[in-house]
Amino acid sequence: MARAAAGTQPGTGRMTGMRLRMWRPRGRACLSCRQLWNLPPRPAVDQPREGSVAGEFNWAPGDWRRDIYEALRAADVRQVAYVPDAGHASLIRACHADDAIRAIVLTTEEEGIGVLAGAHLGGQRGVLLMQSSGVGNCVNTFSLIRNCGFPMVAIVTMRGEWGEFNPWQVPMGQGTEQAMKDGGFVVQRLERADEVGPAAGAALSMAFDGGTPVALLLSQRLIGAKKF
Amino acid sequence: MSEMTTAHGIARRPLVARLLENRPEGLLVVTGLGSPTYDVAAAGDDARNFYLWGAMGSAVTVGLGLALAQPDSRVLVVTGDGELLMALGALATVGVQKPRNLAVCVLDNERYGETGGQASHTGSGVDIPAVALACGFREVRCIRAADGLGAACALLREAEGPVLASFKIDGAEQPRVMPPRDGHHLRTRFRQALLGNEAGLTG
Repeated sequence: MARAAAGTQPGTGRMTGMRLRMWRPRGRACLSCRQLWNLPPRPAVDQPREGSVAGEFNWAPGDWRRDIYEALRAADVRQVAYVPDAGHASLIRACHADDAIRAIVLTTEEEGIGVLAGAHLGGQRGVLLMQSSGVGNCVNTFSLIRNCGFPMVAIVTMRGEWGEFNPWQVPMGQGTEQAMKDGGFVVQRLERADEVGPAAGAALSMAFDGGTPVALLLSQRLIGAKKF
Repeated sequence: MSEMTTAHGIARRPLVARLLENRPEGLLVVTGLGSPTYDVAAAGDDARNFYLWGAMGSAVTVGLGLALAQPDSRVLVVTGDGELLMALGALATVGVQKPRNLAVCVLDNERYGETGGQASHTGSGVDIPAVALACGFREVRCIRAADGLGAACALLREAEGPVLASFKIDGAEQPRVMPPRDGHHLRTRFRQALLGNEAGLTG
């Protein structure tokens, strides 16, 4: 996807002035300045999107969550339900900053399965962002997916694997892939930053064009083990 | 209005029938599993009803996603106290989004009717309307008798949402009226009724 840098002037973005505590992968240079990006043209949609401020969101250079965000926009996703997670933080902020997307904070992950089912009944596309720890919370609600064939995309940040410091994260983390498969999702693990964007686009197409629920597991190696 | 109540509370079937009478085109209904599903079916099956037969605790969240996707329609969730208690947090999630077109009807018999009538929390003082109000619902009601019942129905049908009304109903079991339970069928026919015949499997 084309990205044209519009400029690097500070103070012009909506988020400028807030201290953005962007997570950065280990081993990657910590860049000192943020660039203001222009987003590619929006796809034609059946409802107007006036007032969107998505183009003003300040992404950290190299933040692959932007690739997910652009895939969501390209697929006309309108509802993003999430339980807050550090690995998704910039993506969540971008969704909140975008008037065309309804960002829906949940108290627990299974609410998201219901929300996305309702969105589909109403003709909108939605995705669920969560951490692997929350997958188990959803298991009974996965019956909506299996029994009704709701097209769903879940993007899951992994804990409890690569370099995990907190052993309490390990049981659910190790069970996440199987739980998602049992729930009816096709599961794809992502290990490299450069595969995230294409995988997000492919998952959205597989779900909303093909009717197959897809879970993307963003590995802990990709997002980085949490530091304590 | 006497047929709307019994010696033990509000009569659930006449109440639900009244809620859905003269149903406008844009009224969409989501039901919680168990008796509320049967009550809504008893009032007349309709493609614009999405019946939950499982996924307990999901009625309000399905209603929320639908209400946000269809801001020009009215979304009425009809569920029971036990189903709603399983996902009290969903009221908080609704309170944050504040959909103006979402209404929640709780048929509160203070028990788990499907599983042998065990007491639910509402019989011990847990106040669902108060929780909803604290979560940011615009207006809530608790109805215990025929008095105020009509106004509560009007609230659910017309008032700016999110609104919630809890009706203390007669817990006596009613004859089961079983709507379709093939989820693919329910999903597809709902979308076709709302979005047109071309709205198929995906989207």
